[in-house]
Amino acid sequence: MGDMVKGNIAMAEAAIRAGMHMYAGYPITPSSEIMEYMSWRAQEAGRQYIQAESELGAMYMVYGAASVGSRVLTASSGLGISLKQEGVSYMQAADYPCVMISVCRYGDGLGSLQSGQTDYLRETRGGGNGDYRNIVLSPSSVQEAVDLVYLAFDLSEKYRNIVVILTEGALGQMMEDCEYPDYKEVPFYDWAFDGKHTNPQPSQMTMDLYERAQRRNALRAEITENEQRWEAVGVEDAEYVFFAYGIPGRIALGIVDDARKRGEKLGVVRAISLWPFPQKAFDAINKDVKGFVTIETADDGQMVEDVALFAKKKGFGDVPCYTITSPPGVPKTVDVLKKFEAIKAGEVKEVF
Amino acid sequence: MAVVKKVPEKIARQVPFCPGCGHGIVVRLIMECVEELGYNDNVIFGKPVGCASLLDNSLDIDIFTGAHGRNGASLTAIKRLKPDTLVISYQGDGDAYNIGFAETMNAAYRNEKFTVVTINNTNFGMTGGQMAWTTMPGQKTTTSVNGRDVELSGLPIKMPEMIATSFDTAYVARGALFTPAEINKTKGYIKKALQAQSDGIGHSMVEVLSPCPTNWHMSPLEAQERIIKELVPYYPLGELKNKGGK
Repeated sequence: MGDMVKGNIAMAEAAIRAGMHMYAGYPITPSSEIMEYMSWRAQEAGRQYIQAESELGAMYMVYGAASVGSRVLTASSGLGISLKQEGVSYMQAADYPCVMISVCRYGDGLGSLQSGQTDYLRETRGGGNGDYRNIVLSPSSVQEAVDLVYLAFDLSEKYRNIVVILTEGALGQMMEDCEYPDYKEVPFYDWAFDGKHTNPQPSQMTMDLYERAQRRNALRAEITENEQRWEAVGVEDAEYVFFAYGIPGRIALGIVDDARKRGEKLGVVRAISLWPFPQKAFDAINKDVKGFVTIETADDGQMVEDVALFAKKKGFGDVPCYTITSPPGVPKTVDVLKKFEAIKAGEVKEVF
Repeated sequence: MAVVKKVPEKIARQVPFCPGCGHGIVVRLIMECVEELGYNDNVIFGKPVGCASLLDNSLDIDIFTGAHGRNGASLTAIKRLKPDTLVISYQGDGDAYNIGFAETMNAAYRNEKFTVVTINNTNFGMTGGQMAWTTMPGQKTTTSVNGRDVELSGLPIKMPEMIATSFDTAYVARGALFTPAEINKTKGYIKKALQAQSDGIGHSMVEVLSPCPTNWHMSPLEAQERIIKELVPYYPLGELKNKGGK
């Protein structure tokens, strides 16, 4: 058993161990501990740390840092991640790797200080102008958060694509035992600016954008094929299958575990990669399933759109898709079960 | 015997600016200084959004594609990660003073050890000549068709003065290009600014009053006359700060 560590701090330490060279950020609840920890830990580990003037400034700092081939990290929450989006788009346009931790707080605009999952669509659809996707990974425990941050740097460099760790305030603030991976020594990348003009980089003003789009589309297909991640329980004979991620993913696993002990045939797909969505998970699902149900800490449900989309693609087009949404914070199992009973009783209209 | 001035080695192709524009002269001055200071193979340029973004194919050096106004932030990181490399942010006044006000000021505020060269041509050149914060009172632009009304839009901004008097930076100066003598003085300012960076003293900035005949609807000569008569009295030339004292 490892040490008890807060999620935010565990993710920051995982980035140090993954060989991060530079962190730039701006504090915002509930992600601030990442930055507070990095403010002394980066220097101690011989890395760069910059407290930026704004979220935007922080994103453009990591953009600059990536251009010289360094491993970069930024982190924020909710509206802070919104402020970063023009820089996210610039980094994608330049094919620069970057890891961005999004510790979601609930709501639109200023939102709430409480935990939420209201930024699913922004993260999985790109968030800025243009036609790109970020790889989005979402942990359900502090240990998984550590493992995914560690993995994220490698994926980001392999595909030259931004990787977002989308987690929730609850997980960022929660303490659990976790084990840290080994330290990695990672050099600056050799495809980058070195001051000698070794690697001329074409500007968007002159490059063939359509040719680039074809190349990126091929890469997107490769990511979709290779990087789907999920955990599934009980789906083979399930009458209903829950889809959830993050903390609600854990709650869904608990509900399914209890139900199956009672003999009730429920299943769950806990998504770990949100983009690419784990569409392969449908291949194992009972063909006679009666419904899909997402559990989301959101106003109206967002992941339910992806579940419906891929259900159709995978031959479950006639299966109704429901969503159980929850107010800010962590969904209560008793409330989820109450809403699920209403769905089973036909009292709730499907979303799709 | 005639002295032939050699084009700096890293200017590989013609610059693509309008006839009479100041950009080409300033780029030449910067690259002469880079070469003379021995940084030809250790330099990263940050280009902005605006006319200067057309530089792409002209220089055989690393050119970072900055976003509108954000080079103050991006080059902060580049310089911190590559402290021995000469890092130069080349920006227009719209980029550096309007949309990039925050990033430009904050980089100077933190005394980041790179050099900013700004082109002040009192309008947004690339987008067709709109009003900038540097536009003079009464100046007609495509967004101030009756002349700039300073009651509604503020007085023309003097960013170099703000930085020189407010922050603990190394070097600030303003030059112009209306005679060979002024061009030489401006080159001197740019070289001192780059030297301050090379010596690790701190942030340095040079603003250059630059003609924009196309959007001012003037001949190149009329544009230079305008700078002498109208701009220099408001935007005084010379060194505003020289911490290193060289």
